[in-house]
Amino acid sequence: MNIHLEDAQPEVLEAVVIRFVGDSGDGMQLTGTQFSDTSAMFGNDVATFPNYPSEIRAPQGSLYGVSGFQVHIGSIEISTPGDEVDLLVVMNPAGLKTNLYAVKPGHTIIVDTDSFNKKNLQKAQYDISPLEDGTLDNYRVIEVSISSLTREALKGVEGLDNKSITRSKNMFALGMVYWMYHRSTEHTINFFKNKFSSKPHLIESNTKALNAGYYFAETLELIPNSFTISPAKMPPGTYRIISGNTATAWGFLAAAEKSGLELFLGSYPITPATDILHELVKHKHFGVKAFQAEDEIAGINSAIGASFAGDLAITTTSGPGLALKSEALGLAMMVELPLVVVNVQRGGPSTGLPTKTEQSDLLQAMYGRNGESPVIVIAASTPADCFNYAYQASKLALEHMTPVILLTDGYIANGSEPWKIKQVSEMPEIKNHKITEVSENWQPYDRDKNTLARNWAVPGTFGLEHRIGGLEKDKITGNVSYVPENHEFMTKTRAEKIKRVQNYIPDLKTEFVESGDLLVIGWGGTYGSLYSAVKQMHEEGNDKIGYAHFNYINPLPKNTEEIFSKFEKIVVCELNNGQFVHILRMNFNKFNISQFNKIQGLPFGNTELINKFNQLLN
Amino acid sequence: METTVDKYTFKDFASDQEVRWCPGCDDYVILRSMQKALPEMGVKKEDVVFISGIGCSSRFPYYMDTYGMHGIHGRAPAIASGVKLANPDLSVWVITGDGDAMAIGGNHFIHVLRRNIDLNIVLFNNEIYGLTKGQFSPTSLVGQKTKSSPYGNTQPPFQPGELAIGAQARFFARIGGNAPKEMTQIFIEAEKFNGTSLIEVLQNCVIFNDGCFSKYTDKNVREDKQIFVEHGKPMIFGKNKDKGLVLNGLKLEVVTIGENGIEEKDILVHNAHDEDPTLHQMLVRLEYPLVTGIIRSFDDITLEEREDALTTEVKSKSSFTKVDDLLFSSETYEVH
Repeated sequence: MNIHLEDAQPEVLEAVVIRFVGDSGDGMQLTGTQFSDTSAMFGNDVATFPNYPSEIRAPQGSLYGVSGFQVHIGSIEISTPGDEVDLLVVMNPAGLKTNLYAVKPGHTIIVDTDSFNKKNLQKAQYDISPLEDGTLDNYRVIEVSISSLTREALKGVEGLDNKSITRSKNMFALGMVYWMYHRSTEHTINFFKNKFSSKPHLIESNTKALNAGYYFAETLELIPNSFTISPAKMPPGTYRIISGNTATAWGFLAAAEKSGLELFLGSYPITPATDILHELVKHKHFGVKAFQAEDEIAGINSAIGASFAGDLAITTTSGPGLALKSEALGLAMMVELPLVVVNVQRGGPSTGLPTKTEQSDLLQAMYGRNGESPVIVIAASTPADCFNYAYQASKLALEHMTPVILLTDGYIANGSEPWKIKQVSEMPEIKNHKITEVSENWQPYDRDKNTLARNWAVPGTFGLEHRIGGLEKDKITGNVSYVPENHEFMTKTRAEKIKRVQNYIPDLKTEFVESGDLLVIGWGGTYGSLYSAVKQMHEEGNDKIGYAHFNYINPLPKNTEEIFSKFEKIVVCELNNGQFVHILRMNFNKFNISQFNKIQGLPFGNTELINKFNQLLN
Repeated sequence: METTVDKYTFKDFASDQEVRWCPGCDDYVILRSMQKALPEMGVKKEDVVFISGIGCSSRFPYYMDTYGMHGIHGRAPAIASGVKLANPDLSVWVITGDGDAMAIGGNHFIHVLRRNIDLNIVLFNNEIYGLTKGQFSPTSLVGQKTKSSPYGNTQPPFQPGELAIGAQARFFARIGGNAPKEMTQIFIEAEKFNGTSLIEVLQNCVIFNDGCFSKYTDKNVREDKQIFVEHGKPMIFGKNKDKGLVLNGLKLEVVTIGENGIEEKDILVHNAHDEDPTLHQMLVRLEYPLVTGIIRSFDDITLEEREDALTTEVKSKSSFTKVDDLLFSSETYEVH
């Protein structure tokens, strides 16, 4: 495609998807984060998704060592990081090879030509350079010798070694992209000043590389055009860009403060949940007790101990870790103590796809324990609303004296979006069942008559000494009981306790229309993909399609059946082989419920969803 | 309201639950010794917590009128760690057995010792699985015939003290299950000790492994086959108090006072407080005489103390006093 220098007037776009790709060591995550933060501060709506290999430093230049960061920015509402890419920034041949499929034909690719040498081409399994053999004929390719231009720009900066010079090339590329999208470099320069406050030569080199890229793009005749994306219409307020894992951690901090309890985390590192541990260990100033245990089992058991002793206790993990915790989760259920278990789902089974997303732990969360062992299961929808659901999980655990499993997934945990910050004072009250004084006839298994929550008598309280444990409990005293009728009574009571949570959770809502031909159903982290697909169909004139998203899985919202009955067809979309659909069919067998599943470690794409919905509607 | 500590008797610590161990089991001795020790410890009843795993030993919390949790198999050290970290003012006890602590719970056992949280662990060692009716355990002897080793056990045993000190245990004591007086005293010392204390009780299982320790613990051989060590005292034993331990090169050796020119002053004086565990390991491994008493008691900083110091430091340097300060800190922007 021929490139012409067009009029200097920038073209106005509603939204754009940019993907930065390079070697694991090329700093693509930082580059992408800087671009998305800058755009958010400019006022755009933003959604991001990092995609990186599970190897920490895969062999340089290899196909499986490619690290990418995708950002979707818009002046319109943005619900997903986007499917197809408008601009691909490529730092090496392997990055091009593994990401070219995503670029819209006719759209732009910026290439660091310096990296397209014989060695790197070989590693990317190119016999001939794709820059020369016509592979890229259908794209606007901007070839720039980014590495050598960066080297040139940094001549004369004192104290720089070769490695630091090479590492700055991502900032040169970022500078070019900033110019293309009319973005200020100010936020990123301030970032350098904070990050490298003790290393002034790195502030200088990164700033120089960034500016060099910016001015290069400005004066370069190869870049056809620049674009603007106006600020989005978002409710006024104070915002920040937040990832799902950070939002989860902060939701717990807020819940601890609101409930007046100390926060205890027992955890063991596991991808992609570890960032919650990383975040909470920072907050000793709030008295957070974050305990990195010797294994997943000790993580949850230490949390059970802390809960017994009166803390707001949580444990964080991903699929294989939840499997290890299942026996202890049964204990927490049996002794009826508050506990939150976060499962940041990843591709399974077994070790599966640790850095990829999936929703395949739902049935494990529901049923993965011995005996009759019901717990509350809830799921967060988007990165920012992990804050609300971590908070809500804590509230439900404390108010109903039960373990709660909070499901998120790798997609929303690592993805980020703008969050209109909530003050802790705006959050709902959290009560708990602690008793501080002995009363006549007090019994450890006395229950609240509405919720059936038992009381919480913590060690250190005079006169309330009692024993609990995993053996079946007498319904009143909590002593060991093998009485047959008591076991049946207790099993039913524990089930009823969870069922009654229905009275304390919001009703299911339908979006777009309240009745119609097709109801699209999703749960958890697929909200953004499903919502934007249905929204697009409405914008294109289809007003017979509705959308209902579940955040409460066990128990289900009370009005679920009523909502279902208002649609001709129902389709449940999930990133697994059909788990939630199984639960819905079991509970609501009078409806004919179809399913749409994707099991590729990736989120739903817009086109595949719309095709499926159209097929069901016709 | 709180209890007056000096008025307790052992009865205050007995729950209303009927004790269901086999008649003649040493577990009764341990229970009674604990109930006698607690009034001497100066702790309030409501501050005492017993956490157990699974096995005969682990029914113990049900019989104590304190706070307690009968946990799951092998995990009591992890549960107890959570209790103690949540509320460091509590006196937290772990009740476990040889299978619970060293087989299914081996990982938690070594890590709790390494961390040095101020917990007390009572390990009921009977060299057998009792509750599942007689399989070999990690402390059963090679050749021991059990339900799961009808031709003799082929798996070499752990020596609990050796494993524990290898895992950096700062306090290790061993006592026979038929020595309530000494056991009571050791429980009191364990509570006083700041850090994780491990007490191995040689507990006879009358049903599945009867007499497993009798060559050391029977009344008629005890004085000759066991040495009860005390910090600062020469390691002397025997009915006639004429045997003692000396170092011969890198080995401990039993000598007789009055023979070959050996005098009492030549006998090794027990130093339980030594940071270097070399001699403690040798004492733990010794088979004749079997060493009982507090073998190691090295005062060291606890995990809670480290955590507390860090928290104080972080708090003093932080500008965050409430969660809103974090939520609205740096990197925010306004939408108008």
